[in-house]
Amino acid sequence: MVIGGTTPLMLAGCEDRLSALHPAGPAAALIATLWWVMLAGAAAILVLVLVLLALAFRRGGGPSAGDSRGEAVWIKGLGLGFTMTVLAALTAWGLWIGERLLPRPGPGVVAVEAQGRQWAWRFTYPDAPGRVTEGALHIPAGRPVDVRITSADVIHSFWVPRLAGKLDAIPGHVNVLRIQAWAPGEYAGLGAEFNGPGYRRHHFTVVAHDAAAWDAFLAGETP
Amino acid sequence: MTDKPRLTALRLHKALHPIWKNDPGWKGRFTTVNNNDIGTMFILGATGMFLAGGILAMLIRAQLASPRSVFMGPEVYNQIFTMHGTIMMFLFAIPFFEALTVFLLPGMLGTRDLAFPRLSSYGFWCYMIGATIMILALVAGVAPDGGWFMYPPLSSSAFSPGINTDIWLLGISFIEISAIGAAVEVVVTVLRYRAVGMTLDRLPIFAWYMLVVAVMILTAFPPMILGSLILELERAFDMPFFQAEHGGDSLLWQHLFWLFGHPEVYIIFLPAAGVISMILPVMARTTLLGYGWVVAAAISLAVLSFGLWVHHMFTTGIPHMGLAFFSAVSTLVAVPTGVQIFAWIGTLWKGRPELHLPMLWILGFFVTFVMGGLTGVMVAMVPFDWQAHDTYFVVAHLHYVLIGGYVFPMIAAVYYWLPVLTGRKRFFRMGEVAFWLVMAGFHGTFLLLHWAGLLGMRRRIDSIEAGSGWEGINLLASISGFVLAIGFALVILDVAVNAFVAVRGRRNPWNAGTLEWATPIPGPAYNVASIPVVASRYPLHDNPGLPVQIARGEGFLGNPVRNRRETLAVSVARAEPEFIAVFPQNSIIPFAMAVVTSVMFMAPVWKWYGLMLASALGVTALAMCWAWQGGSRRDEGLLDAGRGVSLPPHTEVPCPPGWWGSLFLLLADGVLFGSLLFGYAFLWTVAPNWPPPAILEPGGLGPVLAAGGVVLACAGIRLADRAIRKAGVPWIRLGASLAGLAALGAAAWTVFGGTTHDAHAYDATLWVIAGYVVFHAGVAGLMVLFLMARIRAGYVSARRFGDARVVRLWIDYAALTAILGLGAAWLPGWLA
Repeated sequence: MVIGGTTPLMLAGCEDRLSALHPAGPAAALIATLWWVMLAGAAAILVLVLVLLALAFRRGGGPSAGDSRGEAVWIKGLGLGFTMTVLAALTAWGLWIGERLLPRPGPGVVAVEAQGRQWAWRFTYPDAPGRVTEGALHIPAGRPVDVRITSADVIHSFWVPRLAGKLDAIPGHVNVLRIQAWAPGEYAGLGAEFNGPGYRRHHFTVVAHDAAAWDAFLAGETP
Repeated sequence: MTDKPRLTALRLHKALHPIWKNDPGWKGRFTTVNNNDIGTMFILGATGMFLAGGILAMLIRAQLASPRSVFMGPEVYNQIFTMHGTIMMFLFAIPFFEALTVFLLPGMLGTRDLAFPRLSSYGFWCYMIGATIMILALVAGVAPDGGWFMYPPLSSSAFSPGINTDIWLLGISFIEISAIGAAVEVVVTVLRYRAVGMTLDRLPIFAWYMLVVAVMILTAFPPMILGSLILELERAFDMPFFQAEHGGDSLLWQHLFWLFGHPEVYIIFLPAAGVISMILPVMARTTLLGYGWVVAAAISLAVLSFGLWVHHMFTTGIPHMGLAFFSAVSTLVAVPTGVQIFAWIGTLWKGRPELHLPMLWILGFFVTFVMGGLTGVMVAMVPFDWQAHDTYFVVAHLHYVLIGGYVFPMIAAVYYWLPVLTGRKRFFRMGEVAFWLVMAGFHGTFLLLHWAGLLGMRRRIDSIEAGSGWEGINLLASISGFVLAIGFALVILDVAVNAFVAVRGRRNPWNAGTLEWATPIPGPAYNVASIPVVASRYPLHDNPGLPVQIARGEGFLGNPVRNRRETLAVSVARAEPEFIAVFPQNSIIPFAMAVVTSVMFMAPVWKWYGLMLASALGVTALAMCWAWQGGSRRDEGLLDAGRGVSLPPHTEVPCPPGWWGSLFLLLADGVLFGSLLFGYAFLWTVAPNWPPPAILEPGGLGPVLAAGGVVLACAGIRLADRAIRKAGVPWIRLGASLAGLAALGAAAWTVFGGTTHDAHAYDATLWVIAGYVVFHAGVAGLMVLFLMARIRAGYVSARRFGDARVVRLWIDYAALTAILGLGAAWLPGWLA
């Protein structure tokens, strides 16, 4: 079903082409950082819990503290104090990152339109009226791009793992996702919401051009 | 001298047994209303569904073991994964803990059965028949294939024209009867049927958890039932609730589904937490640290779980500040979870833990669930979820939480309570081997799948591609998955073998302190020979002689002279004896009604609406037979309850058990109605293509009928109630109430005249609101007629007016929903 100048075949062999952890743009990079920090923190907390658990067995039948002291340490200290502190910090940071990923108006923002359907993607360009590409989204590299996502039939989701998180294409709604590629190149994209028998093949490609190639694309000179 | 107590106990058993025993032979299986039997059948049924879901899981892993597998095409694969999720969530996880609760709760509370024994039977049969239908659909190749959360428009008739989706919507709604029924039972049982002196702060902690879970079921399932109903209406009659071009919105489904779906995760987790809170202190030879804190944590978890459904919708384009709120609540929910985890570890520190098999499974729980909880916090971070959503990261996370947080504790529970279930202690030692196989298999399967998700492996793809970088992970997952399956099979085999051939065990082998260990094992049909008096949370630790005293009839109702099934109802908070509840005999009605109900639910799949209506009439008739069976035609006055206390029977108290049952059923009903109004407001404010082209004109007739109907119906039943209590004959007053209900129905009917059901989501919503009002006016009207017949037959007197109170409750509810529903329907017309 994939029409257009590029196919995922060109990218086959590159095992990281769908990896959210090999970012090729600022949004994916921020999220990847968030992941690595959370992974380290989660590992530390897991070790803490397991050590506390193991020590409970090692202690044997020592004199146990009274219930009220136990409650102070275990429930108020660890259960409430520790978890709330960690979670408050993490939530605040997550919120801050989320704010930075929003499609805010700014200089040099390019708008494109993506419409999902069973089982293809169709892209249009307000900067080049009448220009339609199927299966390949063209963007300029190094500039923020707002993708206006809609659906022609069921719910889909627009996802280019190396560039940014995903956002759903919902009938009757327009959702705007900010993506940006640091460098020219091709980035694999996926429909990421289950949409029936053709779901596995619901691919597309993002082609990021340098400034000259982008101008040429808008002028209608490249596919 | 030493023989004497045993003799007394034996004599009492011989008196009680004929009263409580089942019908003989095969028939007894279908007519039993006893919680031990129903609990056992329920556990077996749910275990069978776990096997079915497990086989599907193996098929999934076989398909994904190698790239470009041709084992199944997408059409089959989509049915397999949809049914795997559906079976595990709806046919295994929820029914299994319900089954365990049905079995264990009366014993823990020191009472003789659940509050509504026939409802236990009806719920069980609805579950069993519904589950069978779902499995048959799978075998026939017409199983649902849209994923277990059934998002429209993919599940709408335009994109899923077959009957697959209808089977899901109607079949699951039917099965949910058993969840709602069990929830009503658990709430009323925990609140009213307990040992004397078992005040709320002395409840076994599992009962607290189940009380919370039951209230959650009553408030979480209705949105989902409403969603299924309106999606089915859209599919059958083209009422456009989810079609954007006609003012509908597919996001409405997601809200309704996750309003159910997220609390459901905690509905599944909390029983497991309750089990751990019971077992872990016993394994550590101590008492639970921070009982009050743990109860508070369970309650706050329940409350918070209703505030985070949107975290399943972080990628749907909801404004970021809105997401921030739900992200914060989603992390906040980890706080009460953390409180419980640390309370348990603190309990272990406080005591002297021993590594018996149940404890081993609880340790497996700790390792696995903590990891699942930590990845849960990760996906609660909105930006991270934008990447992880709908990938195998989420698949791995949810299996860590559900298997680690639910299945492992449930296995611990089965091993721990095996002596109560079977009367035998564990003899064969296959269990330890099975445990290590499961642990190795589980983490081998799911740990690296997190990573595959971050490498871009979407959930629900029907095969993996070569060169994706996930082939190795998937092969390992598939091999480990089969190890996991062998481990689970060994657990089931081990339990089965031990259940049948192990040696008879002694009572209370773990030396636990709660009442389920006070009865002979396995428990007799009446559970307790007399209702004990307790003075702490661990009555068997206070008084090791309590089991003998119970068996000798030294508690309440230890002298069954009236030759009927009786148990004691206590006051809610202080657990003082309040009245004697008389339980029903064995009955085929629940089974028959479940069969007819299944026809009523499944007939619309093939659009056989005549059959649906006929079976609805059948259900109504059977329900009336059911209700007719209770009660008494004479005043009994105060009866001897033992220990020098005299109490009235339940027929002679103002708020009988039926009133309490109605109250909690109406809570669920009210949540459904509230969800309907939420949907109306949501569509009006969020959906595209609003306001609708034409707005309903309220006119004068409808509002006048509604106002008059409310006054007449409510006043009529109140005056009738007064007349009954003064031994008067209230025909005219009941007639007035009936007329009022008819007027309410007619008022709602005017809405149908002013709108076209398939014109716009607005019209469709108004039809459902009006239909809801008509339906409840009709139900209340039938109840008034029923009450009239009961009065004529002599079941009602100045002392026996409980029936009238039940009817009053339903009339008030019908009136309230008419005011709110019709008001909401007419409001735009008045404002315009």
